[in-house]
Amino acid sequence: MSRNPIEDKTAVVGIGWTEITRRSGVSVLSLAAEACLAAIGDAGLTPKDVDGLVEYQANDSVGALELADVLGVPAVNWYTDIRGGGDHAVSSVALAAMAVSSGACDTCVVYRALNGRSGHRFGAAKPSTMGGRDQWVLPYGYMVPPQWFAMWARTHMARYGTTHEQLGAIAVNQRRNATMNPRAVFQKPISMEDYLSSRWINEPFHIYDCTVEVDAACAVVVTSAERAQALRHKPVYIKGFAMGSFGRPSWEQWADMTEMYSKHVGEMLWRRTGLTAKDIDVAEVYDCFTYSMMCQLEDYGFCAKGEGGPFVASGAIALEGEIPVNTHGGLLSEGYIHGLNHSCEAVSQLRGDAGQRQVRGAQTALVTSGAGILGGGIVYHTK
Amino acid sequence: MPKPVPAPSELTKPFWDAVDSRRLVIQRCQGCRRYHHPPVELCAKCLSSDLAFEPVSGRGSIYSFTITHDARQPAFAEIQPYTVAVVELEEQPGLYMLSNIPGVPTGDVKSGMPVEVTFEEVVPGRFIPQFQPSRRR
Repeated sequence: MSRNPIEDKTAVVGIGWTEITRRSGVSVLSLAAEACLAAIGDAGLTPKDVDGLVEYQANDSVGALELADVLGVPAVNWYTDIRGGGDHAVSSVALAAMAVSSGACDTCVVYRALNGRSGHRFGAAKPSTMGGRDQWVLPYGYMVPPQWFAMWARTHMARYGTTHEQLGAIAVNQRRNATMNPRAVFQKPISMEDYLSSRWINEPFHIYDCTVEVDAACAVVVTSAERAQALRHKPVYIKGFAMGSFGRPSWEQWADMTEMYSKHVGEMLWRRTGLTAKDIDVAEVYDCFTYSMMCQLEDYGFCAKGEGGPFVASGAIALEGEIPVNTHGGLLSEGYIHGLNHSCEAVSQLRGDAGQRQVRGAQTALVTSGAGILGGGIVYHTK
Repeated sequence: MPKPVPAPSELTKPFWDAVDSRRLVIQRCQGCRRYHHPPVELCAKCLSSDLAFEPVSGRGSIYSFTITHDARQPAFAEIQPYTVAVVELEEQPGLYMLSNIPGVPTGDVKSGMPVEVTFEEVVPGRFIPQFQPSRRR
């Protein structure tokens, strides 16, 4: 049994980005303001029309009320500052949809802004008091997400025979997509030889298996379905979403590391929306690492469990394949705007605005966020 | 450069005290007999708070592993590449502990490899459990 009372009650009407760089030279506040103004302008609105803001961050960004003040939003009726990881790339948009559909606010901007390369870096080891979880992992030099996901990827390789070349097929394909994305931070193609000869970060991950840290911001504007119809772009409706987890929320104690949060969330999402993976025309799947994306493809049902390797290597995920994935180059090649850029790309695709990398006739898109122990998925579509 | 040393809490102190005397103990629910690691306040299986630390065999197998080439901390940058493994203890399916596999060349580590506990003195008097290939046949 499942309910989906938010179905098609809201739509994304604006998207915006800053330039994506390795050194912005400006504050995170400047980045946030620029991306939000771009998204609000894209919708044909001004900050006077905005009354809600949602953002997520890891103590590396600017709060919603501070940004509202800078933008000149006259009054805020809803705001939420989320502290957390990439799982919130979907839940932040979902929260905006809930706030708008409940009547808490009318037009809500969702943003993620960070100087992720020149400022606070995710890959950096942090100072620790050596209590809590740290006492179990730091004495072993187990510090950062590229290690946790490499550990998980190995279980899939050991059980299903997944190969380095199959992981490499993801990196190579996404870079190819990025060559058609003028925003992408990496636009030079890479070959399988480049991938296989690149340096190890944490085996089985080469450097090309890992996301690229960038300085950037992006934003989406969510409003009611009624209001969306009067605005300048074809509305991209929010069909449904799911987020959550199951089992022990621990990177070291997760019972079966060949499956992720998405085993549960995928089931919930399809039950709520009445859709399946077969109904999706384009998928932007959270790719902090190649393996994170591949495992989610299995969990959301694009292929059977264990067949992710052959599936990605078959060309199925290419722009002209059966399910184009990470059409902008993803976090691996467009840049790590912590996953909110996946929603911006999905909206571009559904509007038919994606230029050279446009998936012809795309009407329904899946965006996922997070990986491993937690995350979410959201379905956008046009009518 | 020394490795970081655990800072036990009241909950985890019995584990680390045992390790400092080169013994491996794991918290176990006295109600349903389920093992828990890291230690918990309440058994998620039966909701009992009657939990005690019991000796375990120290034997298990490598569930998974990764080899780190890009450590961002001096103590580990010095020794890279090094293995980090999830070891599944033989007492219970899914009873995992993190470990390095010292003494084994990184290229020789395999998923499923039988291992047994050993203890590494990180600073004088303070130990951490580590696992090495099992000497038993």
